Amino acid sequence: MNWNLFNYPMNPPSASNFAAEHDALFYAIVGQALFFGLLTFALILWFAVKFKKGSKADRSSPQYENARMEFWWVLIPTLLGLATFFWSTKLFVDMRTPPKNAKEIFVVGKQWMWHVQHPDGVRENNTLHVPVDTDIKITMISQDVIHAFYIPAFRVQFMTVPGRYTQMWFRPTRVGKYHLFCNMYCGTQHSEMGGSVIVMSKRDYADWLAQHGQVRENLTAAQTGEKLFNKIGCGNCHGAQDLIPRGPSLRGLFGTTRETGDGRRWVADESYIRESIMRPAEKVTKGYGVTMPSYDKTFSEEDIMNLIAYIKAGAGQSIPTSTIAAAMPGIEVRDATGKAGLNSNEMQFKSERADATPTRRGKAPAVGALAVEKGDQQ
Amino acid sequence: MAHAAHGDEFEVLKFQYEDMDQQNDSYIVGMWCFLVTEIMFFGMLFLTYSFYRMNYQNDWFKAHEQLDWKLGGINTANLLFSSFLMATAVRQAQLKDRMGVLLRLGGVLVCAFVFLGIKYIEYSGKYEHHLFPGPGFAPEVSHFHGANLNHVQLFFGLYFAMTGLHGVHVLVGILVIGALAMMWVKGKKIVTEDYIPTELVGLYWHFVDIVWIFLYPLFYLMPNPSGPNSGGSH
Amino acid sequence: MEHFHTNPELNYLTNGHSLRSWLLTEDHKRIAMLYLMSVTFFFFIGGLAAAGVRYELMSPAGNMMESETYNKLFTAHGTVMVFLFLLVAIPAVLGNFLLPLMIGARDLAFPRLNLLSWYLYMAAGTCITLAMLGGGADTGWTFYTPYSSMYSNSNVSLTLLGVFLGGFSSITTGMNFVVTTHKMRAPGMTWFRLPLFVWGHYATGVIMLLGTPVVAITLLCVIFERTFQLPIYSPELGGDPVLFQHMFWFYSHPAVYIMILPAFGVISEIMTAFSRKRVFGYHMIAFSSLAIAFLGFLVWGHHMFVSSQSMYQSVIFSLITFLLAVPSAIKVWNWTATMYKGNVVLSGPMIYGIGFQGLFLVGGLTGPFLASYGNDVHLSATYFVVAHFHYVMVGGSIMGFLAGLHFWWPKMTGRLYNDTIAKWNAMLVFVGFNLTFFPQFIVGWMGMPRRYHYYYFAPEFTPYHILSTMGSSILGIGFAVPAFYLIHSLFKGEKAGDNPWNAHGLEWNTSSPPPTENFRYKVIVTDDVYDYDPVAEHENDMLAAGGKA
Repeated sequence: MNWNLFNYPMNPPSASNFAAEHDALFYAIVGQALFFGLLTFALILWFAVKFKKGSKADRSSPQYENARMEFWWVLIPTLLGLATFFWSTKLFVDMRTPPKNAKEIFVVGKQWMWHVQHPDGVRENNTLHVPVDTDIKITMISQDVIHAFYIPAFRVQFMTVPGRYTQMWFRPTRVGKYHLFCNMYCGTQHSEMGGSVIVMSKRDYADWLAQHGQVRENLTAAQTGEKLFNKIGCGNCHGAQDLIPRGPSLRGLFGTTRETGDGRRWVADESYIRESIMRPAEKVTKGYGVTMPSYDKTFSEEDIMNLIAYIKAGAGQSIPTSTIAAAMPGIEVRDATGKAGLNSNEMQFKSERADATPTRRGKAPAVGALAVEKGDQQ
Repeated sequence: MAHAAHGDEFEVLKFQYEDMDQQNDSYIVGMWCFLVTEIMFFGMLFLTYSFYRMNYQNDWFKAHEQLDWKLGGINTANLLFSSFLMATAVRQAQLKDRMGVLLRLGGVLVCAFVFLGIKYIEYSGKYEHHLFPGPGFAPEVSHFHGANLNHVQLFFGLYFAMTGLHGVHVLVGILVIGALAMMWVKGKKIVTEDYIPTELVGLYWHFVDIVWIFLYPLFYLMPNPSGPNSGGSH
Repeated sequence: MEHFHTNPELNYLTNGHSLRSWLLTEDHKRIAMLYLMSVTFFFFIGGLAAAGVRYELMSPAGNMMESETYNKLFTAHGTVMVFLFLLVAIPAVLGNFLLPLMIGARDLAFPRLNLLSWYLYMAAGTCITLAMLGGGADTGWTFYTPYSSMYSNSNVSLTLLGVFLGGFSSITTGMNFVVTTHKMRAPGMTWFRLPLFVWGHYATGVIMLLGTPVVAITLLCVIFERTFQLPIYSPELGGDPVLFQHMFWFYSHPAVYIMILPAFGVISEIMTAFSRKRVFGYHMIAFSSLAIAFLGFLVWGHHMFVSSQSMYQSVIFSLITFLLAVPSAIKVWNWTATMYKGNVVLSGPMIYGIGFQGLFLVGGLTGPFLASYGNDVHLSATYFVVAHFHYVMVGGSIMGFLAGLHFWWPKMTGRLYNDTIAKWNAMLVFVGFNLTFFPQFIVGWMGMPRRYHYYYFAPEFTPYHILSTMGSSILGIGFAVPAFYLIHSLFKGEKAGDNPWNAHGLEWNTSSPPPTENFRYKVIVTDDVYDYDPVAEHENDMLAAGGKA
């Protein structure tokens, strides 16, 4: 049934696990809104005509208060509202709870560009390549102002905030190319801060990763972190075992519960580690003093992400590529070569593909959204 | 007309009111509305303060050691005393004791100036030690025992914002109390015949005092978060 | 006291002609007229900015202006419309004029404060206009940190100073309304004899008192951070930029009710006067205003579902937001029920009022999409949100303002305008409005982010923007026309008489325009509010019709 006369898109493409439930909820509310809206407005117009001054309508015994009627029209919208609330809560909690074994991709927002870093070291700008039917968790931070990472086709969006990590997750369900937007006003080139999300088959994605490996050093995030860890000399205090009085070992630290001197407890998650690097005095582990300086000005956000990846992967052990391969079932990963001398402060985000460059004004459409739409309708 | 029955009140009663009771009631309700807005005004800063203090207990404790609790304590006693004077001034206004009111208002003004004087000493000390936040913020690192200087700067940012805003209120208080005292000196009927204007000014001054009573412990008297039970090395 | 015995020939407009008698007036009616003129001026400034934004968006490439100019235009549009028009229009013009008249008082409780409030408003307007002339701000009207405090190179501080001053104008108005409603009611004017217009303004006053100081000090902190680098929200120092959003929306969500509650009051008056019938469910409407004012303070977090606020926090905010929809629904249904078995007169103000109901219905019913955070994750900050709040703010607040202005224009000026033109214009606004903003629901649902200067990478958005721009031209005409026929009525309009609509209420019991002291007799209220008699009126109509036949 082609009810859309102009054959023009009126819906965003549906390409993630959330799209179907989200749309069902959306149309359920559309139904409610149409029902009540049309009913009420029709009543208003009908009364205006029927009871027009001088018309012959029956006006005997007018009512001015009717507790029973008021009761119903308090109760009905309240119940409908609560039903919608519970449904939407289920969806929201799902959206905010990433599955444990999701493939994690790091995103850094900065005026006016998205840096994407895949766990095995491939980086890209303003594009995000993801394998289809794989749970993807995006861990994000902003380098300057607040941005929002928004993929309409996936129905997901979350802000990136300077100074703290935010997360979102999704599972792409359809191969294609979709819009990626910054949806929090972030300055002059706000409209420019976007590009596309490219959902690939798992095989294509593995190939894509492999091609990137040829042209640039293909270190995993954890390996880059390890290099940095050694370069800064973190191990001088945070040794492989708890033998050094200055600082606790970081080996196997991730995910454990840490206790501070005054008895407060924290789970060592990403934010905890980041805080401990930036502001070491905040949550000093029980038994240790405040000796570590702040690395606030030393590290970029990418550096810290890499360090976290290193600590997550175990810290203190050499990291086998197989851990990453294990985290991404169905994907072949080439062995990393691990060439030396990556200075993370001078990291250049070279782009290897034309569509990975930031889009500029006046050029032809970078994203064939219409083509995507038509492709969807086949 | 309505006001004709109140011949004595003719000069004082504003034209929109029916009688003195309505006028006084309106003034009092209006004053309390104003104080509610003031509470919301300071409330936002207190909320910001508690939020950051919760996050940065240790650093803020070390930063707060830079404040002189003795000077702050003197100022607290000073303001409390001025509030007491203000309360008795309202009492004297009810008794229509002109000299008594003037003496006490004078005392309140002296206290207010002493408060600002001590504040000036404190502020200029902080300024000389480069503790004023912003580009000139360059504190002696050793004074802070390893605290994160960013959080120290946040601490002083809020310190100056909150005590500064309070200081502005003290300044306004001086102007208002001065104006009130002038009216008493001139023997204006609006104040001598009716204690309500004096009471309204009193309410404002008590509010300024109460704000300081919260500010003083929050900034000057912090408990050591790592305390005696701390596992820390110091 | 010299105002008290005015010459019976004089009304508030003719009692003194010098500029001084206007600029130093303490008469609430004159201050309302001062507000009317200044508010209209700023409305057209904000409207021009909106026109610039809409024409730019007609083509996807954004080739009319630079991005920077575009950003400054939508910021100017938002700032001027929100802070200099919507928050002020109904309370400071209609509320100022009518509140004392409706409760039988000679003036507001604090006339001098009322004048101060206008001067503060003008100072605010001057600051914001100067900031615009000096290059403009580019932060959007929400001034999110750290962009506003640390990154923007535009004229943010001056704009913020303007908003700050405007806040105090709002506080003084609110204080006046609350005290006046409590203490200045005429003998016999009990709380449940108050017109719903007064209830609406009372609730508004409470919100102004409680909310405005918070945003004032929050914005002051941003000014400090920009000018003295006094850190409060700076993420570089470990401050929390999201804290600003909490503080901002703590006021700015209730501020929506500052804009809409007075409009609810206006519509309650109009629906009763032109249905010739007592309002249905008086108590429910009155209490729903208070419920909205109270609950309105507990929902700010629904602006932040996709910020980094905790998931559990979002749950609470979403729940309360759904509950908040109920009192608004109560009002609309009660107005509808008011028309039932009435004698409906379809005059100009009534058509505006019905238009208000249609548009507010859409605005209200699209709220649940955003309250339901499952959907909001997708819709947040898209054009769906833009359309939603324009339906509430423009469709609700501005339609309500126009309806009220048409209803009380004869009272305020003593002249009648051409009612036929008014009716047609009301329908024109209704059509133009829907054409402008309905397409934005669709384009937002498709994922068009707000505040985008161009969208050549997403050409599927284009037709909706073209429709929207076409509609905005019609809407612009619809807003300009009343200025002409209302001003025309001042010179050529028929004399209105005391009560041209044959409406019930104290304000219709004094002459038009009212004298400076409002009533030339002592007001004692003996009858109930909205004391219409539809049955008797209908019988009279029938008799008249029968007599002709």
